[in-house]
Amino acid sequence: MSTETEQPTGVSRRRFLGYVLAASTLTVAAQLGEGAAPAVAAVPGVPEPADLYDLNDMLTDAALATSSLITITVNPDGTATFALPRAEVGQGITTSTAMIIAEELDLPLSKVQVSLADARPELLFNQLTGGSNTTISTYTPVRVAAATAKQRLLEAAADELGVALSALSALQGVITAPDGRSLAYADLAVKAASLTNLQISVTLKAASAFTVIGTPQNRIDALDAVTGRKQFAMDVQVAGAMPAMICRPPTINGTVVSVQNQAAVQAMPGITDVAVVSTGVAVRGRTFGQCIDAVRALQVTWGPGSEDAATDASVLAELRAAENPLVTPPLPLLTSAVDARFTFHFASNSALETNCAVADVQPGSATIWASVKAPITAQEEIAAKLGLPVSAVTVHVTQGGGSFGRKLFQDAALEAAEVSQVMGKPVRLMWHRTDDFRHGRAHPMSISRVRATYTLGQVLTLDQRHTSVATEFGHGLGEIITSSVAKLPVGGLTFSETIFSLTQQTPYNFGVTTQLLTEVDNGFHTGSMRNIYSPNVRCAQELIVDRLAAAMSQDPYHFRRQFLKDPRAVAVLDQVAQAGNWGRTMAPGTAQGIAIHPEYHGFVAVLAEIDCTPATVNRQIPDAVTGPRVTKVVCAVDVGLAVNPKGLQAQMMGGIMDGIALTLTSSLHLAGGHFQEGSWDNYFYTRQWNTPPELDIHVMPPTTGTPGGAGELAVAGAMAAVACAYGRATGTMPTTFPINHDQPLAFTPLPTVPPIPQSPTDGLSRTF
Amino acid sequence: MPQHTFVLNGQQVTVDVEDDVRLLWVLRDILGVTGPKYGCGLGVCQACTSHLNGKAFNPCCTPVGDVQATDQVTTIEGLPATVGKDLHPMQQAWLDMDVPQCGYCQPGQIMAAVAKVLQARAAGQQLGDADFDQIRNICRCGTYHRIREAILSAQNQF
Repeated sequence: MSTETEQPTGVSRRRFLGYVLAASTLTVAAQLGEGAAPAVAAVPGVPEPADLYDLNDMLTDAALATSSLITITVNPDGTATFALPRAEVGQGITTSTAMIIAEELDLPLSKVQVSLADARPELLFNQLTGGSNTTISTYTPVRVAAATAKQRLLEAAADELGVALSALSALQGVITAPDGRSLAYADLAVKAASLTNLQISVTLKAASAFTVIGTPQNRIDALDAVTGRKQFAMDVQVAGAMPAMICRPPTINGTVVSVQNQAAVQAMPGITDVAVVSTGVAVRGRTFGQCIDAVRALQVTWGPGSEDAATDASVLAELRAAENPLVTPPLPLLTSAVDARFTFHFASNSALETNCAVADVQPGSATIWASVKAPITAQEEIAAKLGLPVSAVTVHVTQGGGSFGRKLFQDAALEAAEVSQVMGKPVRLMWHRTDDFRHGRAHPMSISRVRATYTLGQVLTLDQRHTSVATEFGHGLGEIITSSVAKLPVGGLTFSETIFSLTQQTPYNFGVTTQLLTEVDNGFHTGSMRNIYSPNVRCAQELIVDRLAAAMSQDPYHFRRQFLKDPRAVAVLDQVAQAGNWGRTMAPGTAQGIAIHPEYHGFVAVLAEIDCTPATVNRQIPDAVTGPRVTKVVCAVDVGLAVNPKGLQAQMMGGIMDGIALTLTSSLHLAGGHFQEGSWDNYFYTRQWNTPPELDIHVMPPTTGTPGGAGELAVAGAMAAVACAYGRATGTMPTTFPINHDQPLAFTPLPTVPPIPQSPTDGLSRTF
Repeated sequence: MPQHTFVLNGQQVTVDVEDDVRLLWVLRDILGVTGPKYGCGLGVCQACTSHLNGKAFNPCCTPVGDVQATDQVTTIEGLPATVGKDLHPMQQAWLDMDVPQCGYCQPGQIMAAVAKVLQARAAGQQLGDADFDQIRNICRCGTYHRIREAILSAQNQF
């Protein structure tokens, strides 16, 4: 509740400066980053960098110095509008932001409209959606702006009604005087506007007065979603923007040497253009179906790619060779150790909406429509690619059909811009699903060696050496690190090492703890996937924690409880243990697993129950991987302050499904320079038949009074809990993830030439 | 160029397009009906699921030449009208449970759910685990649990 306390000086920490901007209707603003909390205080024990100052502190601090204004407008119809400089990709930030505005403005939630801002270069690196940082960094600025609006409306009402401002009350968009006379915001919006820019001081609501923040609310875009009206990039109607696709090489980063039949393909039904571009051969046509036909008909001679000989085994060997040795300090006699190495295979962050963008490049200007989480970087890269000044490129941020890290990069927007420029026509460019798995960015393969030593009931050391194919961070985080590097407690590291240091924490008092990242820089397209390094790093750690508990003859729950650093962590762990009936008698072949994960100024605990009995493992479902079934998950989450508990539960639910997939079923198999997977019946993300029949998610009451991050938090905890449950059910600690990766492929790989498969024609024989 | 006529969301439409173009592209690229989504074009992800004469089907796997003039094609946009309401009870259940996250798969999920309930009802059954195992729609946001709750709550509402 730090924001609610009075400082020794007597100045309330709920008092901030807002701006009233010159406009025809009430327009207010606040600076992004204002009120950002300083780095959190040290915790007992030997702190790691992320304990003291984490990725979110960096992202929030980065907003302080350079940010420009965010603006809320109160319209003459009594509604409020706000263009959020972030990307909505399903995480629910338009809803939570509307709630924050509704709260501080005392306006019904239904009268708050939140859209997504175009790329705003003046925001510098303050328009990046990542690291689960949106609400952490925008909570106070949005409140300040909304409170400024309310203050102006009250002033206007006081003037209009001839009543002292302090006697007025605002409720649900109406200001009422003691004598019962009232004015709606609609009546005041124009009067409250200012002819000049003003700076005024406002006081934010006390948390005790909240009536919207902290209450479960449905998403503001749900109606559009369930009626098919929600508009994604490929649904935007732009005159002349016809479908376009790319014929891609058979191996990663292969290049076009020559095209044998360009004229013949250009003459195919519906096709208007065929052109060689930097990533392959682009086709444009009346329908995507005809583009698929054209891509399949192209006869292309391809040059080699960047990893043509690579296989899972060759990359694994590279990682093993690069792994830093563990340095064990001198230890007392009778010290024992647990030591294991874990392998995490390539995984796909492909969303259900494949990479796509609309581009209309004209001589001297370009307009792009795409869901991009780093729109300023997109704008800069597109401008550079097209040879245009940045100011000539407009990037409209559309609603995104999922991201999971994928939309941190703007691969499709860059391609669409290039294709539109080369063809001299607007295009609606979309990746085929098969390309999205094979040429889209992948979460890198990694290995993690963990060694812990213990004696006399104490854990003395924990060392972790995480060795990974390089993760690309070239999407704006790099800019932030460059500008923030002076204040980081981890000077001298690479970008990736910095991200690793700022995200990885050990929640336990395990003595001397070291966690190091080593990267092998290959020619793969990589990117972070939901929760970046944490699912793999923390899964490895939690499995070792189970090992330590067993070695020290302790119960996994009580062992964790004894060593946890933070009471908030203990509270979520206790919650799942109690609600999930930890320790209940389980049938042979089934077991519980429990794990905890701290990140984004929050804590999550997950208790999973798994069924590894043959009857379940061998369930037959066509074209599916069944295997062990997670039958129940209990989750408890403390994000400090849950703005929208219902949305937070949704994010936990999604993260749990990701964690189940990462442990049990989903990975990419590398062979012959390309990934074998080419459809959702090859890449086994969680499906209905893998979904736990019982799911119980507990949102803890507010603890810190300020919101932490939600979108990624559950993945690591869920992955670890499922892995621990699997280890306890089978009696064998899993060391390769997902556990089925080394089994024979559960599908027949699609060909690579032509690069994409034809759509089936048997739709009418499969109706139900 | 061949002409194709069918009934789309209650209205007769005619398009000039080659026989083999899959109906998904006729709907999205020619007719501008964007509720059915592209997720794979392989009949796998089920994001385009719509109804043909009241049964769930994948427009991405159906050549427009296979559709007859009297065939009733219903997309998510036309679902409420099949029950004479502004929202189909399945859509209302989706709202009540706050199912969507990114929302991209949800039109296909809802169309599949309605068909699955009708199929079970025709067999004189309520939906059970075996029926859920047959719902193949991908949701990459992982909303499966709320989808189950929504279907169970709506199955006797229409």
